Amino acid sequence: MSAPTKTPSAADSVTTGERRRPRRRRQKGIAGNTLWFWVFVGPFVLGLLVFSYLPIIWSLILSFFEAYNTATPSKFVGLQNYVDMLKDHNFISSLGTFTIFAVFIVPLTFALSLALALLVNQVKIARAFFRSVFFLPTACSYVVASLIWRLSIFNGVRFGLANTVLGWLGIDNIAWLSTVSPPWYWLPLVTVRLWLQLGFYMILFIAGLQRISPTLYEAAYVDGAKPGWQVFRYITLPQLRATSVAVLILNLIAAYQAFDEFYNLIGNVNYARPPLVYLYSISLGSIQDLGHGSAGALILAVIIMIVTLLQGRILGFGRAGD
Amino acid sequence: MPAHVPNAGLSRRDLLKRTGGLAALAALTAACGGNTGRPSSSGGGGGGAKANLSQWYHQYGETGTQQAAQRYAKAYPDANVAVQWTPGDYDAKLASGLLSSKGPDVFEGHFNIAMVKSNQVVPLDDIMADVKDDFQPGDLATNTLDGKIYGIRMIIDPQVIYYRKSLLDKAGIKPPETIDDLISAAKELTTNKVKGIFVGNDGGNVMGGPALYSSGGEYLTKDNKPGFTDARAAQAFGKLHELYASKSILLGAPTDWWDPTAINQGLVAMQFIGMWAVPGMQKALGDDIGVIPFPKLDAQAQPAVYSGGWTQFVSAKSPNIDAAKKFVKWLWIDKSDYQEDWSLNYGFHIPPRKSLAAKASKLQSGVAADTVKLTQDHGYTDNPAWTPKMNTAFGDMLTNVIKKGADPAAEIAKAEKTVNAELSRLFG
Repeated sequence: MSAPTKTPSAADSVTTGERRRPRRRRQKGIAGNTLWFWVFVGPFVLGLLVFSYLPIIWSLILSFFEAYNTATPSKFVGLQNYVDMLKDHNFISSLGTFTIFAVFIVPLTFALSLALALLVNQVKIARAFFRSVFFLPTACSYVVASLIWRLSIFNGVRFGLANTVLGWLGIDNIAWLSTVSPPWYWLPLVTVRLWLQLGFYMILFIAGLQRISPTLYEAAYVDGAKPGWQVFRYITLPQLRATSVAVLILNLIAAYQAFDEFYNLIGNVNYARPPLVYLYSISLGSIQDLGHGSAGALILAVIIMIVTLLQGRILGFGRAGD
Repeated sequence: MPAHVPNAGLSRRDLLKRTGGLAALAALTAACGGNTGRPSSSGGGGGGAKANLSQWYHQYGETGTQQAAQRYAKAYPDANVAVQWTPGDYDAKLASGLLSSKGPDVFEGHFNIAMVKSNQVVPLDDIMADVKDDFQPGDLATNTLDGKIYGIRMIIDPQVIYYRKSLLDKAGIKPPETIDDLISAAKELTTNKVKGIFVGNDGGNVMGGPALYSSGGEYLTKDNKPGFTDARAAQAFGKLHELYASKSILLGAPTDWWDPTAINQGLVAMQFIGMWAVPGMQKALGDDIGVIPFPKLDAQAQPAVYSGGWTQFVSAKSPNIDAAKKFVKWLWIDKSDYQEDWSLNYGFHIPPRKSLAAKASKLQSGVAADTVKLTQDHGYTDNPAWTPKMNTAFGDMLTNVIKKGADPAAEIAKAEKTVNAELSRLFG
C-alpha cells in the first residue's frame, strides 16, 4: 500500500507471478507424487492384473463353457458346470477333507504358535536366536519339506525315522502315508504344515504381545491378579484379540489353499484330497476339463469369501477400538 | 529453478521411460509364456532353412536314456531337434503343452479319443503305410481311431509280477496261478523283515486293469459300453482288497511300483512291475528272478498281462507338421538301429516291430523271454475310447474298494455313471 506509483498492471503481473509460481510448484508436487505412486505401485498392480485378475476373469468365462483340452472354448453351457460341480460327490468330499484338515490345523496352529510366542517372549537370553530358530522353517518350501517327510521321516519301511523309533519300542512298522484305517496319513500332513507355519504365526503373536502395555500387567499385579493363568486369561488374551482374529482368518484361508503337502505326500487320492488338489486333477492334470475346474474354483472362492466374512463378523475383525 | 526441486521434469521423463520399459518387459514375459524347448535359432521351417522341432519325453528311469534320446535327435540331418526331458508329472505338463503351439512338435504319450476330438494330434497313415504289417495288431489298434492311425508305438512294456525264486523255494511255494494263490503266497512269504509283495504305495490300483481282464472283463466292450460292471469284475476287485488287507503288501516305500528298488533291496519277495526293470533286477539279484502274469481269477478265466508302452505323436498345433512327421518317420520307422538301441540297451522293452522283436537276442533267454511269451499269450492293450476322465473314475473306484473295503458293486455303479456320461459326451 505504500507504493502508490506502481501501475496496476505491474502489480497484477507481480501478484499473478507470485501466485503462479507456487501453483506450478504444487502441480509439480502432485504430478511427482502421482508419478512415484505409480512407480512403486505400478509393477505390483500390473503383476496383479496379469497374474491374478486376468486369470480370474478368464476362469469366470471358462466356467460357462464346455472346455475340454482348450482355453478358448466355443460351446456355451450356461450354469451347467456349476450344477455338475455341486452334484459331484468328489468335489463335495474334497470340501469334507478340507474341513477335517481345518479342524486339526487351525486350533493346533493357533494354540502352539501362541504358546511358542509366550515362551520366546519370556526368554531373557539369546532372544534373536530363539526367534530365528522357530521362524526358519517358514523359509523352507512346502515341496522340499514334504519330500523330507515322505522319504525319510514318515516312509513306511523299517529304516524310516518314525518307524526306527517305533522299532526301538518294539512296535511294528506303520505305513504312515498309505494306511487308511486308522488314517495315519493325517499325522505327516498336519505335522509338516505345523513345522512350516508355526514360526510365522509365532512372529505375529510376538508382535501382538509387545504391543500390550506393561502398565496393564503392573495394574493387574497391584490388584492382586496371580501371574500365570489369571493374567494370561484376563490381560494377555483379550489384548491379543486383533492378532488372534487375524491369525485365525489367515490360517483358515491357508488351509483352504492346501495343495503342496497333500499333492507331494499322498498324491491325488480320493480319501484325502482337498479342493485344490481335486480341481487341479480335473482341470490341469491329464483330464484338462477347464470348464468344470473353473466352476469349482469359483465356487471355492465364494465359499472362502463367505466364511472369511462370517468369521470376521463373529470374531469382530476390524471392529472399532481394535 | 530452486535448489529444492531437483530436476523434476527430467527425472519424470526418465522414470516414465523406465517404468514404460518395465511394463513392456512384464507384458513380454507374460506373452512369451514358457520355454517351448525348441532351439532358439531363427528359421522356423520355411525357405530352405532347417526347421526347429521340439521333442518331448517323460523321464525314463534307466541311466543313459536321456543321452540316447539326445543322440538320436542330434543325428537327424533335416531339422534341428531339441529334446525336452520331463521329470515329474509328464502327463499334466504334456496336456497343458498341447493347448497351444508353444508345446511340443513331436511327443511321446498314450493315445485316447480326446486327443483327436480336441485336434491335438495328426494322422500318420501316410508314413505308416509301408510298414503297417510289421506292427502287432494290438499296438496298431490302440493308436487307431475311425480307421486312422495317430501314433507309432515306440516300445511295448508288459507289466507282470516278478518274484525271488529262492524265497518261494525256501517257503515251498509254487508260483501262484490264481488270485487266491497270490494272496496266500504273499501271506506266507511275509516275515518281520520282508513283505510278500509290492504293488505300489497306493495299495494296488495299478493291478485294477489286470484284475479286471483276468476276470474276463474289459474297460469298454467292442461297442463302447462299460465292460467292468459284472459280478465277476466285482469279485476280482474284492480280491485286490483281500490282498491289501492281508497285511502282506509293502506300503510307504520310498520308491513306487515302477522302480525295482523294493525287490532289489530285499524288502519284498514279489513285485508287480514292468519288463523295463529286468536289467536292473538282474544286476542286483542275478538269476534269482521268476515271472508270472497277473493270475487268473479262477479256473474259468485267463491270466492277464497289460501290454503298455509309449507311442510317438505329432502335435496338430505344431507350426512344422510336415517336418515333424518326416522326423518321426526317420526315427521310429527308418532307423531300426536306434529303435533297437532304445528297446534293449537301457531298460528292457519289446520292440513293436515284428522284424526287430524277432532278432532281439537279449529277449530270447531267461526271464525276459518268459515275459515276452506271457505277453504274446495274455497281453491286452488300451482301448483308445477309454479317456483319462474314465480312468480317474475307475481309479477312485479301486481306491474305495481296495483301501476302504467299500462294496465293489456299489463303487462300480458310481464309476459306471461317470463312464456313461463321458461316453455319451464323446459318442452322443
